[in-house]
Amino acid sequence: MSSRRSSRSRHSGGSSRTISEDQINDLVSKLQDLLPDLPNRSSDKVSATRVLQDTCNYIRGLHREVDDLSERLSELLANSDSAQAALIRSLLMQ
Amino acid sequence: MASMLMKNPVTSSDRSIIARRKKKKTNLSSKDQNENTIINHNNNNNNNSRDSTNEWKSQAQQQVYSSKLLKALHHAQTSAPAPKGGQAVREVADRVLAATAKGRSKWSRAILTNRLKLKFMKKQSKRQSVARSKPSRLTKKPRAGIMLKLRTKSLPAFQKKARVLSRIVPGCQKQPLPVVLEEATDYIAALEMQVRAMSALADLLSGASSTS
Repeated sequence: MSSRRSSRSRHSGGSSRTISEDQINDLVSKLQDLLPDLPNRSSDKVSATRVLQDTCNYIRGLHREVDDLSERLSELLANSDSAQAALIRSLLMQ
Repeated sequence: MASMLMKNPVTSSDRSIIARRKKKKTNLSSKDQNENTIINHNNNNNNNSRDSTNEWKSQAQQQVYSSKLLKALHHAQTSAPAPKGGQAVREVADRVLAATAKGRSKWSRAILTNRLKLKFMKKQSKRQSVARSKPSRLTKKPRAGIMLKLRTKSLPAFQKKARVLSRIVPGCQKQPLPVVLEEATDYIAALEMQVRAMSALADLLSGASSTS
């Protein structure tokens, strides 16, 4: 149970509480699968740090998209007559 | 146009039944996929996360979200017509997204409780909420040594990114790393669905306003 980086690790007893690296890697790879693949990257060599960074950027990008869409929706909904007709129409089409 | 309007009640009930059937089918098919894939020995959570990420991709879930969103927007518009900026729409969309998650994920519960907290705090005092939120943003100390138990993943860059990610995903700020990663996977799937549904809705509304 000797730690590789003695400066960083704390009480490493109590194995039920330590989080295994395999578990982390598994979760990170699952996360990577969700991210849109960029063509420059080969899937084997990506470090977990890079995956986390890409995840943060992607979520921020999605937030921005949602903000833009909600701006657009608010402008469109400002006109209430067309909105009601659109409501009915969209419920039919979907 | 008039004929479409008259068919409205019939088709809406049919559609809801079809949507419910589709939802049951997608649940069953995604569960089959889970049994076939290699499952990690510890977690039931892996099953749940794959199931839920597939559900967010399903058309039925998007329909559920779109109809709820329309109703909520319509309700918000009729009840509080004054400030209908993009921020208000965003809040409604997030709330409906959290409601669609049906409380299965931490971030959805966090969104819903944060709304309640904000409403509550606004009535009390604005200064208290600002004072409380500031220290959580400024301190960058690791939380309670849970993250430090990761031996090889204790690179400062990795920890930093993990902390940033935990701040971005709602409700995950003090959570240990595997929880954050799991919540992030579900959150990304949900956000993608939200973008798809809202853009479809915006296209419909813009198409409607151009023809009317």
